[in-house]
Amino acid sequence: MADVHLPSALRPLFADLPRHVDVEAPTVLDAIAELDRRWPGLRDRLCEEGPALRRHIHVYVDGERGDLATEVPANARLEVIAAISGG
Amino acid sequence: MAKTVLLVGTRKGLFLLESDNRRDWNLRGPLCESWPIYNAIIDESGTIYAAAASEWLGSSVWRSSDLGETWSQSSEGLNYEGVDGLKLNKISSLATGHGKLYVGAESVGLFESTDEGQTFSLVSTLDGAPGREVWNDPAMQPPGHLGLSAILPFPDSPDHLRVIVQGNSTFDTTDGGKTWEPRNRGLRRDWPPPPNEEVGFCVHKLAPSPDPDRWYQQNHVGMWRSDDGGTNWTEITEGLPSEFGFAAAAHPHDRETFYCIPLDPGHGRTMPDGQAAVWRTRDAGSSWQKLTKGLPERDAYVGVLRDGMVRDDQDDFGLFFGTSTGQVFASLDEGESWTEVADYLPSIQSVRVATLA
Repeated sequence: MADVHLPSALRPLFADLPRHVDVEAPTVLDAIAELDRRWPGLRDRLCEEGPALRRHIHVYVDGERGDLATEVPANARLEVIAAISGG
Repeated sequence: MAKTVLLVGTRKGLFLLESDNRRDWNLRGPLCESWPIYNAIIDESGTIYAAAASEWLGSSVWRSSDLGETWSQSSEGLNYEGVDGLKLNKISSLATGHGKLYVGAESVGLFESTDEGQTFSLVSTLDGAPGREVWNDPAMQPPGHLGLSAILPFPDSPDHLRVIVQGNSTFDTTDGGKTWEPRNRGLRRDWPPPPNEEVGFCVHKLAPSPDPDRWYQQNHVGMWRSDDGGTNWTEITEGLPSEFGFAAAAHPHDRETFYCIPLDPGHGRTMPDGQAAVWRTRDAGSSWQKLTKGLPERDAYVGVLRDGMVRDDQDDFGLFFGTSTGQVFASLDEGESWTEVADYLPSIQSVRVATLA
């Protein structure tokens, strides 16, 4: 099981969405698909056409910057970050 | 007593101004998690829809069926997946008609929902329309491009819609979006024409009068009037302090009366000479009156965007506008005098009004 950490900006949008979710998925894309299955619409908040990660959404797998194709090992920590920017 | 609700879309969320008499107002907000709101409307059932585009989390339509107490949001189907490499950067316009919710987007596209904003489907990317071949090229777009910046459904047929493609043209479809015809005849441009000279006009705002033949238009270059339903246009700029502006509103009961807010056309795009003013014609543009009573008279460098002015439909109708500096002004005497009904809001991008029984 990977430990997925989600940005706080998502929580008001989806009922009962926690900050940390356990997900079993081979890649980041699969992990997001699993989250979307549990909380319909979540994928659209993180991904745009392609699919590709939205410009200001970054993912890190065990501390290394990744993308949708990045593999997610068992027991990995997958952090989804909304970039700090804007004003 | 009827309740009036102003929906004020800002760069930092939606705000609601509510009043039982249009004089005393109660403010609620920020709503929609402070996402930037490009447009918000209330349909006949009282459901609010807000077109929101977050820099981080993308575009979504927010929906509330209890006047903003609780909200849901959905973007299911609001994308160009599999369509010619297009990407949906923001949603910018909303309209309801014939039981549908319409959404306009950038890149340029028209979507519809038939289940009250829960899911959406692509109606058209205006394929085949003149200018379509270049308008999604970022090099051809102004900063902050809105794409399909306005949608005006006609009451006569669900297949009859009018839209604005920002910086390009007004288009009509009479077959539900299969084909599109430009509606720019008579307009001028101050830049080189594109290969198809029927398009390449910068239409900022269309304002239909109560007479379906009479329309008004604020263009990048000039104020215009149509007497044939928007097919041919005649310039009525003379007498205004600037040919440039965004916001415009037609009188709800008199086809000859029309309001606009001229702006300096440079980078500033604020009201001329730092004096806030709404301009009115009562003779379809033959002459203009400057209306300033109750508005800031000096040092007021404020702008009003294309969806920033609106009027209600009551007999003694109310006229409202919201500014780039976060004020909302209201007039209950056809623009003769104005009252500030909100201040210190984030920069305002749209104002819409509904009268609820």
